[in-house]
Amino acid sequence: MNGFMYKSWWKILGSVIVIYTTVAGLLLGVPHLPILNETIRNLYFHVPMWFAMLTLFSISVFYSIKHLLTGDQADDLRAVESVNVGVVFSLLGLVTGSLWAKYTWGQYWSFDVKQNFTAVAILLYFAYLILRNAIDEQQKRAKISAIYNIFAFPMMIVLILVLPRLSDSLHPGNGGNPGFNKYDLDERMRMVLYPAFIGWSIIGYWIYTIRFRIRSIENQQNS
Amino acid sequence: MKKFIVALALLFSSVHLFAQTDSVEMADVLRSNGKIYVVVLCIVIILAGLLFYLFSLDRRLKKIEKKSSGKN
Repeated sequence: MNGFMYKSWWKILGSVIVIYTTVAGLLLGVPHLPILNETIRNLYFHVPMWFAMLTLFSISVFYSIKHLLTGDQADDLRAVESVNVGVVFSLLGLVTGSLWAKYTWGQYWSFDVKQNFTAVAILLYFAYLILRNAIDEQQKRAKISAIYNIFAFPMMIVLILVLPRLSDSLHPGNGGNPGFNKYDLDERMRMVLYPAFIGWSIIGYWIYTIRFRIRSIENQQNS
Repeated sequence: MKKFIVALALLFSSVHLFAQTDSVEMADVLRSNGKIYVVVLCIVIILAGLLFYLFSLDRRLKKIEKKSSGKN
């Protein structure tokens, strides 16, 4: 049991943080804003999905670079598995976002700049996964997909975090206004939102490690 | 005198109303705020269940890892 605590403390930490932010996010006080009403609480659940996705895609590009430097096959598997989990979080972010949009902006999809560009960014990563499956030879696949990933990552950052700020968007913090100011993100909300970023990132990382370990065993058995 | 009686009657009726809504003291935590705490509890149960499931998957995987490392 001691060994379990020693090795798994961060999993417990992530679980506790996620449960805390869920309870606090549902019960703690929030600013009273028109149109948003209680849906402002979605901020604690919708935005952390994107943050977890960014964390996982960052891990992925880190291992892609590492793979190109070392040629280690495990690093290639780490890169692809973190993209696999990141894509799940991005889809959760997309679905929760469009549900939220339905009741605040009036439509599930208003062809808002940020909505469109995130959809494109997700397609970039789908292309990465499809590209991998199209190449049979293992070393070639690892190298080509690593290079693709290194190009896809900055493009995803530009699409999601840069371009929407340059034009008007329904999303807050866009149209030249960086940050969450429009949301009146007060101290109470920060106390929940920032831990939620960390907590959901830890959970995402945890799922990624499980996927990677399964993949390595499968790989071992196939070779 | 009539006015006084009417005032007294109104006063008692209001006391009576007050007593009706608030007289019985119960453990009403889960019924307060429109019973939102019930929903919060449900979500927490689901979340805790899923996280516990993740822990158990992790443990099972650890066993398989031990087995496969022993074979090779």
